[in-house]
Amino acid sequence: MKLSSKWVQLAALAVLVAVLPLFFPSGYYYRVGALIFVNGLAVTGLVILIGYAGQISLGHAGFAGIGGYACALAPEHLGLPPSLSILLGAAISALLAVLIGKPILRLRGYYLAVATLGFGILVSMVLTNERALTGGPDGMAVQGLALRKILRGWGWRLSSGEFWYVMSALAMLLGVWIALNLFQSATGRAMRALHGSEVAARTVGIDVARLKLQAFVISAVYASVSGSLLALQNKFVTPDIAGFMHSIELVTMAVLGGVGSVVGAVTGGAILTLLPQVLTVFAEYEQLVLGLVMILVMIFLPRGLLPSIAAKMKGRGE
Amino acid sequence: MKLFMTTAVSALTVLGGTAAMADIKLGASVSASGPAAFLGDPEAKTIEMMVDQINEEGGINGEKIDLVLYDDGGDPNKARTFATRLVEDDEVVAIIGGSTTGTTMSILSVAEDAEVPFISLAGAIQIIDPVHKWVFKTPHTDRMACEKIFSDMQKKGITKIGMISGTDGFGASMQAQCKDVAPKYAIEILSDETYGPQDADMTPQLTKIRNTQGVQAILNPGFGQGPAIVTRNKAQLGIDLPLYESHGVASDGFIELAGAAAAEGVRLPGTALLVASILPESDPQKPVVTAYKAAYEAKYGETVSTFGGYAHDAVDLMSHAMKTGGNDPAAIRDALEATQGYVGTTGIYSFSPEDHLGLDLSAFKMLEIHDGGWTLID
Repeated sequence: MKLSSKWVQLAALAVLVAVLPLFFPSGYYYRVGALIFVNGLAVTGLVILIGYAGQISLGHAGFAGIGGYACALAPEHLGLPPSLSILLGAAISALLAVLIGKPILRLRGYYLAVATLGFGILVSMVLTNERALTGGPDGMAVQGLALRKILRGWGWRLSSGEFWYVMSALAMLLGVWIALNLFQSATGRAMRALHGSEVAARTVGIDVARLKLQAFVISAVYASVSGSLLALQNKFVTPDIAGFMHSIELVTMAVLGGVGSVVGAVTGGAILTLLPQVLTVFAEYEQLVLGLVMILVMIFLPRGLLPSIAAKMKGRGE
Repeated sequence: MKLFMTTAVSALTVLGGTAAMADIKLGASVSASGPAAFLGDPEAKTIEMMVDQINEEGGINGEKIDLVLYDDGGDPNKARTFATRLVEDDEVVAIIGGSTTGTTMSILSVAEDAEVPFISLAGAIQIIDPVHKWVFKTPHTDRMACEKIFSDMQKKGITKIGMISGTDGFGASMQAQCKDVAPKYAIEILSDETYGPQDADMTPQLTKIRNTQGVQAILNPGFGQGPAIVTRNKAQLGIDLPLYESHGVASDGFIELAGAAAAEGVRLPGTALLVASILPESDPQKPVVTAYKAAYEAKYGETVSTFGGYAHDAVDLMSHAMKTGGNDPAAIRDALEATQGYVGTTGIYSFSPEDHLGLDLSAFKMLEIHDGGWTLID
């Protein structure tokens, strides 16, 4: 139970992902699992931005929207296969992140939050209003991934749920692996220094502006890929994917689980994805319970669920 | 790590503990909360009421219906998860739901993959065109509303109109459909304005339409409070042109919101449900709409809406199909497709392999608001 060890964390996640299906009573759990992993991927990106580099974004769903709509639009208009559309979406997101990141990352705190918020809302407005291209608020259909057909050709008959469980799990594990590597690299250390104190980081010779931009672009690519995976497995995408609520949801997941720890944030994502499914009986109180959970975590476990509990178990306390 | 494991495992046991034994499992996912609650709330209430009624009357061929109803909050992603849950975990034989086009399209591919019949409660034409084998729908399309309005305009000799549409899903979809179908009725759209769903004042757009030379009537595809504000603003500006609203505002609430004086003379296509009390006795829909209206209003103490009517027809069609076809998903689907001349609150349905909506323009009645109430035009 040593949170700092990269391989322990990664192996634990991988084993969990591989073992859980043995307990699944029906195919529906694969769908929930796939959703957890897709959210986990986006949240891991936010850990790099918020947890490592100490910058906030309330507009990351905008990148998820770009990734999602890339998978809807590129196969239809450019004839690109959906798998390459994921990369195209990621490239567009990265480019946009550079363009908008340059000016807005000079802002701090509330101002940065508001600027990123504006970006997210802009993307969702464009997706809603460019009816001729995006189908407007009604959304548009997305082609399936050819890979599933190829696997079927090889005699691997996976259901849609099983297939996406595996795909999303692989994507998330890859994302987690990269994020954990980054944490221990020189760049990661510099990001954490920036988080600790921007002034101090600058005095020791860290290129603060460049580093912030890097974190922003990396997390944008994470969000974009997660949006692509979501659109591909839903076979349909609407502007909700880029909506303000989705941005907030992602940040909440990260903060709930522990924004400084990748595994913690993924856990937060898992909890917030599972809760609405568990709470269907009291659907009316869902928001209430979510709010309550957040408040309690913030008061009693300010570093997030997992890091706080891990620290307590180590006997260091808060 | 142990914690993550225990959280996940305990969550799974909670999830797994809900399955119960039942006779016929009917699934539903509607948007009872969230931005589309005005659609999903009456739909959820209607579905629950109808299933209770069917069970009290002895069920389907002696078997009770066990309803599994989820609230997707208007989120297509959740709708797909719930649809998967209905199919894989609850093992339902049929699904009703999809209050919005987005949620419907998310459920659609799940139903198609699992080969479970699905009746949608959303408006867009793309749900049934092209026809999907397992997917049906009860509401008429936006296109049909446009056609009904345009044919009424034609009768009045109107050929040039101004449009003012909401930018929400409903308004935007109907705006596109109306523009698409207008040439068929030789209608020319001279002015095409829009407003946001939360806007509180539409006088600039209306002034622009008034100042456009040759406009003979105004058409307002929209939903919720927007059309009421358009109606009031038009009266305040003293614009003396006929105003056509959409079927989206076909409720008494609209007249209250707009004010009886401002709404005087407004025309819109509505369903028989709205004018249940003034339908002639000879109308085949009269008994159905009166019975539903009375039951719903007695049970929930609020007026019926067109949307609840869509759900009424969906449950009724489904239970008829189960009675004649049996409880197997494929049999229900075949029986649904074979349904002919079924009288619902929305219209008279006749499905075929090429038509999974089964309604024609006669399902709409042209209504005019007069003295704060509804009158039938045709």
